Parts: sequence; structure tokens; C-alpha cells
Amino acid sequence: MMLEQDTGLSLAIAQIVQRLKGSSLHSQLERQARGSLHKPEIKLESLKEDIKEFLKTSGWEKRLQNAVYSELNVFPSPCHPAAPPEHIKEPLVYMRKAQGSWEKRILKSLNSMCTELSIPLARKRPIGEQKELLNKWNEMGTDEPDLTLFRPVYAPKDFLEVLMNLRNPNYENGDQPSFRNHLGLIQVPLKVKDIPELKDYFSELGLNTGQLGIDDSTEVPPELFENEHIRVGQTVLTEQDSAAAQQYVRQGCPTALRAELWALILNISNQPEDILYYEQLKSNVIQHDLLVDSLIYKDVKLTASNDDYYFVFEDYLYQVLLCFSRDTSVLEHFSYNSATPPKSYIRGKLGMEEYAVFYPPNGVIPFHGFSMYVAPLCFLYHEPSKLYQIFREMYVRFFFRLHSISSHPSGIVSLCLLFETLLQTHLPQLFYHLREIGAQPLRISFKWMVRAFSGYLATDQLLLLWDRILGYNSLEILAVLAAAVFAFRAVNLMEVTSLAAAEAVLADLSTLKVMPLLQIFLFATVT
Amino acid sequence: ESRSAFVAGLEPRACIRFKCALTNTILDILRRRPGWVEVKEEGEWDFYWCDVSWLRENFDHTYMDEHVRICHFRNHYELTRKNYIVKNLKRFRKQIEREAGKLEATKCDFFPKTFEMPSEYHLFVEEFRKNPGITWIMKPVARSQGRGIFLFRKLKDVIDWRKVKPAGPHCSLFVAPLLLPTHPSCSPSLDDQKDETQVENYVAQCYIENPYLIGGRKFDLRVYVLVMSYIPLKAWLYRDGFARFSNTRFTLSSIDDQYVHLTNVAVQKTAPDYDPEKGCKWMIQRFRQYLTAKHGAEVVETLFAEMDNIFIKSLQSVQKVIISDKHCFELYGYDILIDQDLKPWLLEVNASPSLTASSQEDYELKCHLLKDTLHIVDMEGRLTGKEKRIGGFDLMWNDGPVSRAEGNVDTPENGSFMANTHLGYNNDRKKQLKQLFKPLHTQQKV
Repeated sequence: MMLEQDTGLSLAIAQIVQRLKGSSLHSQLERQARGSLHKPEIKLESLKEDIKEFLKTSGWEKRLQNAVYSELNVFPSPCHPAAPPEHIKEPLVYMRKAQGSWEKRILKSLNSMCTELSIPLARKRPIGEQKELLNKWNEMGTDEPDLTLFRPVYAPKDFLEVLMNLRNPNYENGDQPSFRNHLGLIQVPLKVKDIPELKDYFSELGLNTGQLGIDDSTEVPPELFENEHIRVGQTVLTEQDSAAAQQYVRQGCPTALRAELWALILNISNQPEDILYYEQLKSNVIQHDLLVDSLIYKDVKLTASNDDYYFVFEDYLYQVLLCFSRDTSVLEHFSYNSATPPKSYIRGKLGMEEYAVFYPPNGVIPFHGFSMYVAPLCFLYHEPSKLYQIFREMYVRFFFRLHSISSHPSGIVSLCLLFETLLQTHLPQLFYHLREIGAQPLRISFKWMVRAFSGYLATDQLLLLWDRILGYNSLEILAVLAAAVFAFRAVNLMEVTSLAAAEAVLADLSTLKVMPLLQIFLFATVT
Repeated sequence: ESRSAFVAGLEPRACIRFKCALTNTILDILRRRPGWVEVKEEGEWDFYWCDVSWLRENFDHTYMDEHVRICHFRNHYELTRKNYIVKNLKRFRKQIEREAGKLEATKCDFFPKTFEMPSEYHLFVEEFRKNPGITWIMKPVARSQGRGIFLFRKLKDVIDWRKVKPAGPHCSLFVAPLLLPTHPSCSPSLDDQKDETQVENYVAQCYIENPYLIGGRKFDLRVYVLVMSYIPLKAWLYRDGFARFSNTRFTLSSIDDQYVHLTNVAVQKTAPDYDPEKGCKWMIQRFRQYLTAKHGAEVVETLFAEMDNIFIKSLQSVQKVIISDKHCFELYGYDILIDQDLKPWLLEVNASPSLTASSQEDYELKCHLLKDTLHIVDMEGRLTGKEKRIGGFDLMWNDGPVSRAEGNVDTPENGSFMANTHLGYNNDRKKQLKQLFKPLHTQQKV
């Protein structure tokens, strides 16, 4: 037993070392170590220890710790040394197959749009157009290209249909399908947490722990919680400790410290090479036009531009999303994402692998509402390259799970199942009633979860919610919140008699206060 | 003991008769108010939400009982007309400098340099020549909603404009000084100026070239201040307000594009790419949060304290000239511009802020604003007069600064004084109103 644990640990260490080798942090550490040789406190006899000590006191050890912590958070722990790479992406075969066929459909849709409109997937811009775009870089929103012929490749509800049809071919529970065991839309047997497990998992959200979003309201004197919490936050920032920051934000981030705390957790430091990389992506945008750019434009115009609060950030959204499509470093995340980047072939060379490229270059095809992942971040970050890096990191840690089919506990399938199970178990009457009137709850809550509630909650509430996503490194809170919203409006929902009426009751979430809802649902409801 | 005894002169009435000159949100609110009845054209009224033209024509020869209330002060234009507020602020500033020194007087420097045209033309030219290349904005004193405004950098532009514009009754007086600066008949008499309708007077104002931008867009803030009396000065500040964004990105190169520079919603609505479904407003809470996330809480506190200063100083500057009739109250809409150094500037004060709603959220804000205004006017005689908060309004000035602390022990000299203003804070007015009126209600029953 011990031996297995040891090999597991040493394997993990080996993999992390492998990934950090050759990174800019590695070269910086080497440079620092070499530079320290001139210092008097470094002695030849105790070279190793002295350099280690130097790196500790100068803060470099902390930076290394943060990088390791980041790796641990993002990459899944290795299961077995002999596990094939597909298992890292997604261990269950039927899930992989389902994701594969979904991707085929998306690609087909994209290709047919391409042929219909006779627009190439990519083309080099003429010099005149390049100049024009460069001039207009800070106000691309003023452009009004004709987007009427473009349509989003898919919308969340198309994706929901696919998830509803997921079945595990190895699962046969022998029961006749009846109302007792087929109440919800998701019919796959994944393990999800129940309320006692959630209470334990989200223990920092309990009634006896101070929270921003509850204990900072105007009636509560700030001496009771808020002032101390802010002080602790400032200390965490001074110490530059990622792990501590992640623990800290579970109780919420003070508005003034949030931007820095999130950057610390995501290990984003906006080094010169990062800025340079962003500028490189920008020049890629200037030089080449991609078909997905039109999809991005359309999405921004349809969603964020029409939002009462995010319309102001329209230009930033283009600056982030157009660069994002061209960022090949995003391809790395496909090693742990069940999805596979679509391949395209140079004209005339279909099927020939030497002429295959990933399309779009980052392998991510945007869908209707995609820009809403970026919009809330514009509240916190104003420097384009930093905003870009934060968004990219958020995507490869969290958001990708919301639109790919996998068995991961934070994957959208598990979230849907968690939501339905919570509702079924704790509000069975409501669940049954809604189902009877043809208003399956998941049909309404799905879009909230796919967008991580962006665009549905008021911005300050959304940021408090995303604090907890970062704090717990999990998206399960989205499912819990969705159930809590239904619980909150249960009385009204019991009175409705149609799906449309149920949608109407739940149409406006902008007045909801997220933390009290979560607290009540998890800790104050009699189960 | 009846609470109504505290409110002198209010006889218990079966109903409150009101008249309303507008047909927007205020009419809805008045009609829905319990115990209030709309009166026909010639009927007697206890409350009139009038427009300023009625006021001008009828106020002086209308007899009003003690309890009657009307929503404007007779000569509010001392605060709201661009040329008068400039004069009043200049005079007030001089007074402060005499009494409290130069440093204290700088607290009045929140109004961009303004010159009346044509009477201050010479002073304007002097200032203009001292600062070559800066942009100026020409605004008519009496018009609102962004009409008649243009920007210029060259004196030549002003002269050309005057030639092109259709002649007003006194336009020759205006052109003359531009061509013959020493002409003795330049300045129209002060009496003419006081009359709002006849003279088309303008002001030339220094244009703020470095506005604070969000998402590359310029915006201004609309804040609501309710004045119940000038002598003594009693003013309330509403917690809600909004930031109005220009629909297009800000750049100084397009001076002719008035859509960029004028953030009044009324002007925005005529811009070619204006989408009425698209909001171009942020609630001020959202604005406050955005700034806090970007600059930190302390900086934002300072900014909002400076805005409080603008409200109070501007009201103090007209305190002695406005006829403080006890029948009058007024709900002002203040327009504030923030520059890149986070300094707030007063653009103008509106005595008739728009009560037409541009969206559902806007409608609710205005409903609550007006409901709370009527609560403070208190025709029903429910209040004690000692309240520091009513709904979304906080008592900002009561013949002296008002502190958040209970019992008014703190003074501004005392280090821990915290002003009783909550602009951009959470507006839990329903809860507060419930608490406020419950004990009064039960008392009255007894």
C-alpha cells in the first residue's frame, strides 16, 4: 500500500518537474541562482544549502511553490503510469465516444456554413485592411460588419439535447423505467455529492463563518468581520502565497483586493514575455482573418453588447477573444480535456496529416454566449494582456468543462446531475410538479450553469460566486446555487402551470444575493 | 399625543388634492398614492407638481395656504441657469476666501471656467488667449437636453457660427462685441437677462479634455438632491443615481461629433447607432464598485466626499438669493463629470430632471425616487422632523453637516466625523420605510 502511494507521489513530482522544466520560471530561478554566487553569504562548502536559503529569503521559493501549486490544481493527478493519454482526457469510453460525435456535428455545422457562404476558414488580410484594423484596435466595436448570414455554431440548448441522450451501455439496473428512477433529464450514473458531503466540502460557507456577501452588509458593523478579513487579505497579498490566497477567497474577496488575489491564485504575473506573447497574438489577428472571428463578433453583438452592464466593455471582448482563437498554447489543455481540437486540412490535401492544422488555432470553437466568460473579468482587469492571461487561465482551468462531455466532478454532466439530484432529494414536490407541467428544471437552469451564471446575476454577486469557484477549485457550486435558486422561488413555481410561466418566474436573477441563498440551502434547510 | 401636532399647520384631511403638469412617472406615482386625489383644471389643490413656465407666470399672484406644497422654488434659476450659477459660485468663493482663506476657497473650484456671453466676452478672450489650443464648449443658458451646444478651439469658429445661426432677438448685440470688442452697447442690461424667454444668452465654458473613461467611453453622473428649504438649508441626497455613457468612443479629434461629447440621454437618442433597447446607463452602485475594484476603497471615498462638497457648496452659494418660500421644495438632478485624476466637476444642476424612464430599471429608480420625495414632503404629516434617513434619501445637510453617528455628537472638526451620505450604497429603502412608518402608524391610531 505504502509503496503505491510513494510511486504515485514520485510520479506526480516527476510530471510536475517535467512540465516546469524549460518554463520561464525555471530560467529565472537559474539566473537568480547564478547571480547569487557573487554574494558573500554563499560559500563553496555549503553551496547547495546556501543557494536554497537565498532563494527562500528572496521570495523565489515562494514563486516556485505557487507554480507547483498551480500545476497541482490544473493537471489531474496521474492515475497509473501505464494509463494511456485518452484516460487522462476522459476515463470512460462512452463519454469519449459521445464527445467525439458531438464534435463531429459541430465541425459539420461549421463547414457547411463555410461552404454556404463561400468564406474560407482563414485568409491573409491585404495590407490596407491590416492598417485599418490596427488603427481601430481599441474600438473594434464600432465596426458593423454584416453578420446576418452567420449563425452561432451551437447554443446551450443544443448541447443539452446531446447530454440528455447520454447512456452508459454497461449500466443496467434491471428496473423498468418508471417515474421513480427517471425523473430527471440526465440518465448516466455518475457519482455526485449529497448535502452532507457538500456541507463538509463547502464548510467555510457555514453559518458560523464570516462571509463577504453576507457579513459585510451595511447593518453589520465592520469590526465584526469585514475589517479583519480585509487585513488578512492584504497580508496574503504581501506574502504572495497562492495556496493561502485560494483558502482565503473561500470567504469572498474584498472588492479592492479581488483583482490581485485572483491573479495570485491563477499564478498570473504579467511578465514582459507574457506581454510580448500577447502582442504577438495581436499581430496574428492583424495579419490573418479567421471565420471564427465573425462568430465571435456575432456573439459579442448578440450577448455582451446588449447587456446593461457589459456593453461598455465591448472593445475589450474583441481584443481578448480574437487573440484567444489564435493562441496555440491553449492546445496544451486538451491533454486533460475530453474534447479534441478540430482538424482542418489545407485546400486539396484532405486526409493528409502533414497538411493538417488545428482550427481555430486554439482548438476552441466559440458558441452562443461564449463572450460572457470574459465580460465579468473586464470589471477587474484593464490592461489587455493581463485581462487576456486571466481569462485564458480561467478557461483552461474551469470554463472548458462547461461545454465538453466528461465524467469529471466539475464537468457539465456531473453538474447537471448534481443539480437534478439535489432538487429531487430536497424539493421532491417541486420537482415532480415541474416535471408534470412539462417544465423540467434542468431545461431552465442549464443555461445558467453553462455560462457560470454570467449575465444572469448582478456583477457584484457573480464575482462573489466566482471567488468560491477559485477558492474551491471546483464548479460544483454552480449546481448548488442553481438548486438554491429553485428552492428560493419554490412557492411561486408551485403555482405555475406551464414551462413558459416557470421560465418567467426564473427569468430575472439580477436581484438575488448569492451567499445567503447558498448558506440557507446548504446549512439552514431541514433535510 | 398626535404626531401631526409636530407638523405645524397641517390640518387632518380626508384626502390630498393634487395637480400634475407632467404625464410621466410622477403622474403614475401621484395617482397611486393612497389618499391623494387628482383635481381638474380649475379646482383647488394642496399639492402641485408644476412645470417652470407655470411657476414663472403664476407663482407671484397665487395665494397658497400654509399647508400647500409646490415642487419648485420661485427663482431656482439662480442655481440652474448656467450663467447665474457661475456668478453665484464666483461670489461665494470670494466670500469664503475673505472669511476662511485661500485654501478653503479652493473647495469651490469644481466648476469649469465659464464666461457669460456676450457680457464677459473680453474676459473670455483674455483667458482664451492665455490657453491656446484648449477646447471650449458653447452652451445656451436656458436650453436643456443638449440642444444648441457646440465645441470650438478657434475664435473664428465662434464668429462663423454666429453668422450661420438663425437670428435671435438680440443676436446683433452678440455679433457686435466679437467684431468690435470696445462697442459700448455690448452688454444687455441685467433686467433683460433675468427674463428667461427673450434673450438667447450663452456661456463659453472650458471643456474638460481628460474625462475618466470606462471601456473607452465618456460618461457623466446623474445624482439627485432634494432641497426642502434654503433658510435654513435642508438637503437630502438620494442613494441611487446613474452613470450615462456616450454611445461612441471618446476622442478629441472629432469635435463635430456631438454624439461623442454630449452624454445627455436625450442627445444620445438621436445618434445614428443608438439602440433604444441597449442601455447606456449604469446604476451608480455598479459604477462605485467598478472604481473600488480599480482604485481601492480609500480613493473612492475621497471622490464621493468631494462630490458631497459640490452639492453642499453649490446650494450654499445660492442660499441667500433664492427665495426660501416654505411652500416650496425642489428635486434637483446634478450632472457631474469625473476627470482622469478622479476629480469631480459640476456640469450643471437641473431643476426639472427628466422623469421619463428609458428602461424598466430606470422606471423603478424614478418611481422610488419620487415616492421617497413625497414621503419627505410629508403631506400626510407622518414624520417627526428628526429623521436622518427616509427611504433612499439620506439627510445630507441640516443647517450644518449631518453625521452618520447617532445623536450628532461628531462635528467635521472632530477626526471621526462621517458624513451621512450613502451615494452608491445599497438602497434597501423598502425595509427602512417599513421600520420608519410602523411606529408612527401605531402611534397615530392611538
